Amino acid sequence: MDLVSEERINSMGSMEKIRFVLEGVKSGNIVVLEGGLTSEEQMNLIELTMAEVSEDFPGIEMSGYPSKKGFLNMRRKARLTVIGPAKIMRTMKKEKDLISAVISAF
Amino acid sequence: MKSRKRKGILARLFRVFAFRKKTAKIGLYGPPNAGKTTLANRIIHTFVDENEDMGVSTEVPHETRRAVRRGGILIDLRSKSVQNPGSHSNPDSKSKRERAKLKLDVVDTPGLATKIDFHEFMAYGLEEEEAKRRAKEATEGVIEAIKWLDDMDGVVLLMDSTEDPYTQTNIVLIGNMEARGTPVIIAANKMDLSDAAPQRIINAFPQHPVIPISALKGENMEKLYEEMARRFG
Repeated sequence: MDLVSEERINSMGSMEKIRFVLEGVKSGNIVVLEGGLTSEEQMNLIELTMAEVSEDFPGIEMSGYPSKKGFLNMRRKARLTVIGPAKIMRTMKKEKDLISAVISAF
Repeated sequence: MKSRKRKGILARLFRVFAFRKKTAKIGLYGPPNAGKTTLANRIIHTFVDENEDMGVSTEVPHETRRAVRRGGILIDLRSKSVQNPGSHSNPDSKSKRERAKLKLDVVDTPGLATKIDFHEFMAYGLEEEEAKRRAKEATEGVIEAIKWLDDMDGVVLLMDSTEDPYTQTNIVLIGNMEARGTPVIIAANKMDLSDAAPQRIINAFPQHPVIPISALKGENMEKLYEEMARRFG
């Protein structure tokens, strides 16, 4: 599991962040981002993930806590985003203040 | 010849600017098997031709793997009696109907997902090669659906009322629409099923209008059309 600090995330550009997350997840890691990704970044991550889906990599599971609306409602950054490989993350369930992930070893 | 061509262009421009009616391009979005194609077909059957289908809906996920656009649909509740089994007209409905008119292009999009595993298709009886081909097409479909978002004037986000609405794809889609300022209506579909709980969706997304419907049975459709005319018109 990679726990990535907000400072590290903020030092990256959007595409760099997404590539960093996807490479981590494709390596089999669960990536937890402090500060999280914006909705637009998450959509870009879904798009890039779909371009890389294969028999060995069926995609990702993702969850997060959204923040309050930003200035003029332009940026909605999550407070925390958890992303993992769908192959090992059987389910990811979110409640108001709890994200639960069930991980399979197979 | 040259002047006729110029005249033709001018006439076309005049028609475009003087007489063009605003047509809203509305995307039907949602996770696989939420009922997007069923809703698209319901709209076409009600307002265009009851023998025309926009697509085929089955229980196999990702049946729609290419976005399909149907242009020039006039939602006019003044001239149409919308099938709405089990509902009773209320005194307010006539005045609402008088305003409910909207010209739109409907885009039925592939289901949004963060994962596509070909083994899931094999569980529906598909052969391995066919399942892999379908999975590949489904990934392309998700990308296509995301690309189409740039062109949308409004989105009807379909959710299955029997499922947990608080999925990341739903949240991401709504977040993107809010950031773009694109209006969203949430259609809480499959309200006819015994385990449907549209109230969960209403509680999860209180900032957006949520209309419980059954696209399959045609329940509460008039309310959805009225909301579409109000939000997207």
